[in-house]
Amino acid sequence: MDLLRFATAGSVDDGKSTLIGRLLLDSKAIFEDQLEAVEATSKTKGFDYTDLALLTDGLRSEREQGITIDVAYRYFATPQRKFIIADTPGHVQYTRNMVTGASTADLGLVLVDARQGLTEQSRRHAVILSLLRVPHLVLAVNKMDLVDWDEETFNRIRQEFVQFAQRLNVPDLAVIPISALQGDNVVTRSENMPWFEGSSLMHHLENVHIASDRDLRDVRFPVQYVVRPKSDDHHDYRGYAGRVASGVLKPGDEVLVLPSGLTSRIAGIDLYDKEVDEAFPPMSVVVRLEDDLDVSRGDMICRVRNAPEPTQDVDAMVCWMTREPLRPGQKLAIKHTTRSARALVKDVQYRLDINTLHRDQEAGELGLNEIGRIRLRTTQQLFVDPYEQNRTTGSFILIDEATGSTVGAGMTN
Amino acid sequence: MQTHADYRLSQLDELESESIHIFREVVAELERPVLMFSGGKDSIVMLRLAEKAFYPARLPFPLLQVDTGLDFPEVLATRDSWVERLGAQMIVASVDDAIAKGVVVDDGRTSRNRLQTGTLLDAIESYGFTAAFGGGRRDEEKARAKERVYSHRDEFGQWDPKNQRPELWSLYNGRLHAGEHMRIFPLSNWTELDIWHYLQQEEVEIPSIYFAHRRRVFERDGMLLSEHPANPCRDGEVVTERTVRFRTVGDLSLTGCVESEASTLAEIVEEVSVARVTERGATRGDDRFSEAAMEDRKKEGYF
Repeated sequence: MDLLRFATAGSVDDGKSTLIGRLLLDSKAIFEDQLEAVEATSKTKGFDYTDLALLTDGLRSEREQGITIDVAYRYFATPQRKFIIADTPGHVQYTRNMVTGASTADLGLVLVDARQGLTEQSRRHAVILSLLRVPHLVLAVNKMDLVDWDEETFNRIRQEFVQFAQRLNVPDLAVIPISALQGDNVVTRSENMPWFEGSSLMHHLENVHIASDRDLRDVRFPVQYVVRPKSDDHHDYRGYAGRVASGVLKPGDEVLVLPSGLTSRIAGIDLYDKEVDEAFPPMSVVVRLEDDLDVSRGDMICRVRNAPEPTQDVDAMVCWMTREPLRPGQKLAIKHTTRSARALVKDVQYRLDINTLHRDQEAGELGLNEIGRIRLRTTQQLFVDPYEQNRTTGSFILIDEATGSTVGAGMTN
Repeated sequence: MQTHADYRLSQLDELESESIHIFREVVAELERPVLMFSGGKDSIVMLRLAEKAFYPARLPFPLLQVDTGLDFPEVLATRDSWVERLGAQMIVASVDDAIAKGVVVDDGRTSRNRLQTGTLLDAIESYGFTAAFGGGRRDEEKARAKERVYSHRDEFGQWDPKNQRPELWSLYNGRLHAGEHMRIFPLSNWTELDIWHYLQQEEVEIPSIYFAHRRRVFERDGMLLSEHPANPCRDGEVVTERTVRFRTVGDLSLTGCVESEASTLAEIVEEVSVARVTERGATRGDDRFSEAAMEDRKKEGYF
């Protein structure tokens, strides 16, 4: 059984909570005591239906306002797969939370209301998912029951979305008509829409092929921690612990260590007390080298003729996540793989209007929840790949040194 | 885990890899971590993962147990055997001591579970810990579903759910000001069933009370509680002997057991896969106080 992480997006009233509630309910991930609690609260609130959103809105303030403020993670499993849902809020003021949810997702699920068709929200969500290089996208056209299961309505929305998606980078798109409320095409195929020949949403989630999404060619192993027991049994043991970002490492491989530029061979790869004959993403392993090199946290192990170019000038798309705007001249801390440095904002090249995809080159700064392209100069060399090639070595966070908060999410160009 | 033809990890291996990454990240970046260890199933998985993360070196941090004074003896026995096997350093922060020192107040009405919060915060402060690993999982409870892997706590140890740091990719932000600390949850993405599958896979020692055994119990508020001098029966409550097991372990005055014949890990996995009630709903009195009981306790500094 493998793992699929997906992020959900959609406007407030598109039925996202109902859909998640139904996926959880039908896969038996909701327990009787949880459902009873939700039923009781729904009754107290005077609703004449069970409000499944109460299952997912975990915070007091969210239940008070009836809206989702923050990302929540939920879990369910079928015999085929385990799923992690990053349930992200739909409001425009929570773009940063959508970016958060999308950053780890294999698949993005955008919900639209069949009566409304595509809205600014749905476009914005698709743009964010494509910027974050979420490899698979599903557009779920919901509330088909309210448009009399009309095939033409569905086709019109699909057509419009497919055209829009052509301007984005969406490698894999599925469009599915559903009714979250009645369960049509959610887990089982709908009898109300015999004209639809595709699979149900659950079937799609279970079968979407994610194995090839990983880069198994370009070896990138950011050194996280040096294991040196200095005990009697392991006196000379020196291993470099980390998680494989991409590529396949094997004992005997010739490797290059950045930033020193020194080369060695992999003497062995340890997974706890076992030696393994290869390591691939996202395995956490300990790599031993044949030579005693000076290797420490923040260094990167890669292949000799396939390494990222060390750089102190970083060109990136950034989602800004705090009220105080991002401006040229600002100094921030940057964390990229296992390497931390300081960064100076050299330039805000443009602000991206995520509704129209227009690039505003006059913007000069980025406000809360805005996305734009910037240039940074860092105090130390970073070993970056373009984000579109590698989501691990192409991503970074920016931290406000005064408050310690994470203020930006960056994707290198 | 040997050669993989398709280069895919099983979901359990992927969870393990993610948790190990988190352990190493914290040790590399935060100065004084500690692992909160109750002896329960989640903390045993935590210890196992920590052991793997730093092998062949020893654990680079001590363990901290908050002893309520009402812990199950079988759990304490398992705790001791793990500590001995790993050669780990063990710190016990006791609620009784905290009451004696005046750190927390026993008014006769507040549960031991609730008094753990003040005891824990006092221990974190007096030892100067900057990170405390906890075995919390997001699937346990809806407030937990909102929790970050790195959960920032202010100088009062409080969690502010409205002001959490966004957590992107696997880039964790461990920046702290003086007096603040992080709670770290490497098991965030694990479910109860994952925990049991992992324990089965790893074949490690867990407290015997998780397996079916005969026990003298009485019923209170729909839960089966253990007969114990510190947990006396009230009027009308009748003690009977039944075959039971525990789904969670905590303070014995609040942790109920369930009737079960499951006596092996395989049988427990089987039972948990078809369970229709959450572990907390079934057996934890501390979550029944209000709809936001967990959120409220977490805001105060509970784990």
